[in-house]
Amino acid sequence: MVKEIERAGIPVVHVCTVTPISMTVGANRIVPAVAIPHPLGNPSLGAAEEKQLRRKIVQTALDALATKVDGQTIFEVK
Amino acid sequence: MGKFKVVHYINQFYAGIGGEEFADHKPEMRDGVVGPGMAFAGAFGDKAEITKTIVCGDSFFNENLAEAKKTLLDMVRAEKPDVFVAGPAFNAGRYGVACGTICDAVREELGIPVLTGMYEENPGAEMFKDKLLIVATKNNAAGMRDAVPKMAALALKLAAGEQIGASIEEGYLPGGTRVNFFEKERGSRRAVDMLLKKMAGKPFVTEYPMPDFDRVEPNAAVVDISSATIALVTSGGIVPKTNPDRIESSSASKYGEYDISGVEDLTPESFETAHGGYDPVYANADADRVLPVDVLRDMVKEGIIGKLHDKFYTTVGNGTATKSSKQFAAEFAQKLKDDNVQAVILTST
Repeated sequence: MVKEIERAGIPVVHVCTVTPISMTVGANRIVPAVAIPHPLGNPSLGAAEEKQLRRKIVQTALDALATKVDGQTIFEVK
Repeated sequence: MGKFKVVHYINQFYAGIGGEEFADHKPEMRDGVVGPGMAFAGAFGDKAEITKTIVCGDSFFNENLAEAKKTLLDMVRAEKPDVFVAGPAFNAGRYGVACGTICDAVREELGIPVLTGMYEENPGAEMFKDKLLIVATKNNAAGMRDAVPKMAALALKLAAGEQIGASIEEGYLPGGTRVNFFEKERGSRRAVDMLLKKMAGKPFVTEYPMPDFDRVEPNAAVVDISSATIALVTSGGIVPKTNPDRIESSSASKYGEYDISGVEDLTPESFETAHGGYDPVYANADADRVLPVDVLRDMVKEGIIGKLHDKFYTTVGNGTATKSSKQFAAEFAQKLKDDNVQAVILTST
């Protein structure tokens, strides 16, 4: 799906836990996520903390979209 | 028990008539073996006999498809063989297409088991490998010696109505049909053997080849995120509660398009996951963990992004065919484009 969106001319960032799959599939902008059943969350954190974590991942994804890439690039969440 | 009766199809070249200049040769049926039929006869031994050989020019077949097919079908019908064998065609394109076409017609219209052989990149292989048994051969006639024993063994099984094993055992091109079989060695042993070969830099054969994925060049970066419309897409199966479109929990046959205008936060009362390939507890309790609507709403208010697109697109990425996902995304990507979405965040579980 990520490739078809890219092919349509829309920049896309893939947020996923298993980044090697994303690499194999051919995503160009990749942001590693937390875990398979909760990629943008962590149920062991408190609600506020969890939302803060999610925000960091989304912010990284937005930064990735605003960054020029020449090939497949993984953007680590800081 | 008598011998099985085999009709063999070959082109003008293998019949010894001539090359390209005789490719317009009209269909004819001869008694007994011709050309590569000799090798087959040897491999069949006393179990089967090629009673007739049909010869047709490659160009004649492909340029006069309907006529050639009809003539050949009449010939095969008259002979009533137990199995029909065509080629092998190796990497000869028209020959491969002819072998595939006539095999398909004989099987379909006469109900006679059929078999052909060709190189995997022969256009005939791409056209017919999901319909016919096509033995994988080398790309030129030097592969005859390898191809004949494999084809002969398979032809005998077909004539006898025996169960055909998996493509890896029988040597035919995988046609997408899954066949179970028992391996001689257990999985752990095979995996370690493979690993040792890999570490030693020796060739090894995977048991689970990944499909060929093509590549797409990255698009330019978004110039101004703070004025951009961002859309959310997920393969994590987030859907409105009750899954109104009944997206399948695995091998999804469709995607959903749902309106989130005015939705500030995904709550357990309104959203859930339809995905059957991961523990749904966390996503059902808070679907923002997969589709971060809450955070993006905050970011709109704070001016970090321009707008969160009113619709999101979702499917279940669990055993879903690459072909299906490709088709779903090609379709909704066009909608996103028409709606002037500048960038997409796609989340996967």
